[in-house]
Amino acid sequence: MKALLEVHNLSKNFGAVVAAEDINVTIGEKEVVGIIGANGAGKTTFVNIITGYVKPTAGTVRFQGTDITGQPPRKIIRMGICRSFQITQLFPDMDVWENLMVSCTLLNNPLKRLTRPFDQKGFRDRVMGTLEEFGISEYAHEAVSTLPQGVRKLLDVAMAMMGPTNLLLLDEPTSGVAIHEKFPLMDTIMESVKSTGAATIFIEHDMDIVQNYTDRIIAFYDGRVIADGPAAEVVKNEEVIRYVIGQEPERDGEG
Amino acid sequence: MSRGKDRTIPLLTLGFSLLLAANFVMPRWLSFLVMVSLARSLVVIGIVVLMRSGLVSFGQGFFYCLGGYTAGIAGNYFGITDISLTLLISIAISVLAGGLIGLLLCNYREIFFAMLTLAVSMILYSVIVKNPTLGGSDGFNVPPPHIFGISPAMADPGLSLPAVTCIVVYLVSVLIHRYFKSGLGYAGVAVRLNEIRVEYLGASPKVIVYSKYILAGVLASIGGTLIAYATGHVDPELAYWTTSGEFVFVGLLGGVSHVAAPVIASVLFQVLRSYALDLAPYVWQMLLGFVLLMIILFLPEGLWSVIARLNPKRRGDESAP
Amino acid sequence: MKLLLVILIDGLVYSSWLFLVAAGLTLIYGVMRILNMAHGSLYAVGAYASASVVGWYYATGYPPAAGYALFIFCAMATGLIAGILIERGILRFVYGKDEVIILLVTYAVLLILEDAIKLIWGVDAYFAIQPYKALGRTSIIGVPFANYDLALIAVAVLVGFLLWYGLNRTRHGKLLRAVIHDREISMAMGINVPAIFAATFAIGSILAAIAGGLIAPSLSVVPGMGIEVIVIAFAVVVTGGLGSIGGALLGSLLIGISRAAAVHLIPQGEVLVIFVIMATVLAVRPEGIFVRAKERKI
Repeated sequence: MKALLEVHNLSKNFGAVVAAEDINVTIGEKEVVGIIGANGAGKTTFVNIITGYVKPTAGTVRFQGTDITGQPPRKIIRMGICRSFQITQLFPDMDVWENLMVSCTLLNNPLKRLTRPFDQKGFRDRVMGTLEEFGISEYAHEAVSTLPQGVRKLLDVAMAMMGPTNLLLLDEPTSGVAIHEKFPLMDTIMESVKSTGAATIFIEHDMDIVQNYTDRIIAFYDGRVIADGPAAEVVKNEEVIRYVIGQEPERDGEG
Repeated sequence: MSRGKDRTIPLLTLGFSLLLAANFVMPRWLSFLVMVSLARSLVVIGIVVLMRSGLVSFGQGFFYCLGGYTAGIAGNYFGITDISLTLLISIAISVLAGGLIGLLLCNYREIFFAMLTLAVSMILYSVIVKNPTLGGSDGFNVPPPHIFGISPAMADPGLSLPAVTCIVVYLVSVLIHRYFKSGLGYAGVAVRLNEIRVEYLGASPKVIVYSKYILAGVLASIGGTLIAYATGHVDPELAYWTTSGEFVFVGLLGGVSHVAAPVIASVLFQVLRSYALDLAPYVWQMLLGFVLLMIILFLPEGLWSVIARLNPKRRGDESAP
Repeated sequence: MKLLLVILIDGLVYSSWLFLVAAGLTLIYGVMRILNMAHGSLYAVGAYASASVVGWYYATGYPPAAGYALFIFCAMATGLIAGILIERGILRFVYGKDEVIILLVTYAVLLILEDAIKLIWGVDAYFAIQPYKALGRTSIIGVPFANYDLALIAVAVLVGFLLWYGLNRTRHGKLLRAVIHDREISMAMGINVPAIFAATFAIGSILAAIAGGLIAPSLSVVPGMGIEVIVIAFAVVVTGGLGSIGGALLGSLLIGISRAAAVHLIPQGEVLVIFVIMATVLAVRPEGIFVRAKERKI
């Protein structure tokens, strides 16, 4: 499998705080990878660095062979790296339809073509298609502030995918969503991703979700990657159990 | 979406045509008042462009003054009095100045941006005041303009200048209305609503803000040139904080929902100002202050929101965004 | 060499005045995240109050020494009263709103105060030169300097010290610093933030009024003096870093001495140099010299 994303020796300090320490990760095309780790383990920092929101203290990030280390988010997004947010980043005061329309417009138009009228037919069809795909058509004209959390999360992802999508980074896509809604939500998202053929990295706390949607798990702890491999192995890893999943490892003779 | 058909452009055309015709029958003092309001409304339209992107400029007086002095200097030192020429020069100068200053300012938002624009305007003020060659604090007179080759001696400037102003403001209104409805217009609103998301949608908030700063500057500069001809005089007061502040006030008065709001609010303001300065000159600022507080506390979307509420069907407004 | 010393001393005098003006502005911003555009008007109020008192007092023939305490006290009192009126009467209703909305509110207060000043004191200039002249002059390497100006340096140092001590060594100062650092957590920990806000605004207002009150004897007090001050005060505060008293100190020194240099070397650039310095610092360090740590947004 060809390497899509290559992260070498990535490190980040915020003053004395080590948010990332010597991270090495390679993601291939069309791979689906889950990232787990306790709060503060460095998962979001990892995504922030890859997408250019934060500059690393050391190390490199390569995408499709090109070095993208330190590039600003808007340039990285234009390469097809899309990202959803832990706390949804929507446009308040606008309704769902407008949120998607703005996303579509900005992602598919260089700045100089933005002088065209906003409501273009081509984009309108795409937005309607996306609303259908994500199952949120009924909320099209609802103000964003009134949306239930699940719809907010779906919208957040949908907006990110309105442009070319080669790698999708999802930061806790099901957080705050009711338990019975988590699987349908992930189903919707992963269906959509499949049709684009993009690789996916998603941060998730719920182990059931992680194991259901991916075969490969990367575990973070204290800014380092402590495990990276097939899901079945990672969940049995002692360190992972102690620092992430949170159970005492089983010892012989004790229950 | 419960939007009716957007009838703005036909309505603008109708409104300005009526105004244009009325110019020829109005008493002189009235057409002068309207002309001044319209010229100033251009500056306020620029303020609205910035406000829709979440930025308040306390320094549009800088460009207003640039435009005015362009007319004055072009006429007095270079013998250029053709209005179309001076307008072009004015635009060129404001693009240059805005382009330069905007490079620094586009990095800032909110309070920083507001105070930096104020500083820029006050710098120009103090530079002019201390410079006798630029007329100092008294300023200087502006020779009357030629309008499309017709010298002021031949046609009645009391009629032709208001007409030209009316036409210019009409054209600008139409263009800005289309601008509000374009991708760039919505991009500006998006910057106001969530800058991080805009960056993550592949666009540069800085470049968007930069372009709007220049646009607002150009509009203010055109307004300044027109006002210089209207009043026949320029002085550094054009760049003083009180002038800039009045533009902000009118912008808030009208609201940012529709391009007609700053125009109508400007006329309203000018009428009130004429009476107030006559009757109670020492409390005019205080009055503005109190009204501003009322607007902020009770009518944050300006007077236009009252109109919109009264007539929900006729919502051809580009509001919400 | 002589010129350098003159520039230095003139610069220190001007820096002292700048610091007195800027300290209150930056303190209010640091604690309340409010840029008080009416700060200049409070400065003007202090100046007018002090000029009125001086005008009245020195005509009565009472001992001149007491005059100093009196006009300074009056300036402080007026500043305090105005500050309380503004904070309790208007500002506290808009806490929590957008930064720019609050800025516009302070702008409205500025408009109101400017006319209020004209209504109370009229539009003519006030002169209050007696305290200034009474202190005489000192010759430093052959150049005469007004002792009043030199005393201003001492006052600025005193105020700076009091502020530092107040913020770092007293219990109330620590509460202020907590709120500066994080308002939400301070509230969660039971700190009475509204009371802190009221106190901070009062202190800031008093500082502004003192600055105006002290400067009044050395120039003519005229309408509009507040506005020119707010722009310069902002330049100082922004250069040093919004919310940082140390920044206000550094900014004052930087700008004060540069301006003195301009006055003696390139007089037409006197005002321009202030903003050139500000723009240069901002171009290199967009948040000013002393930067607050930023919270993570995503």
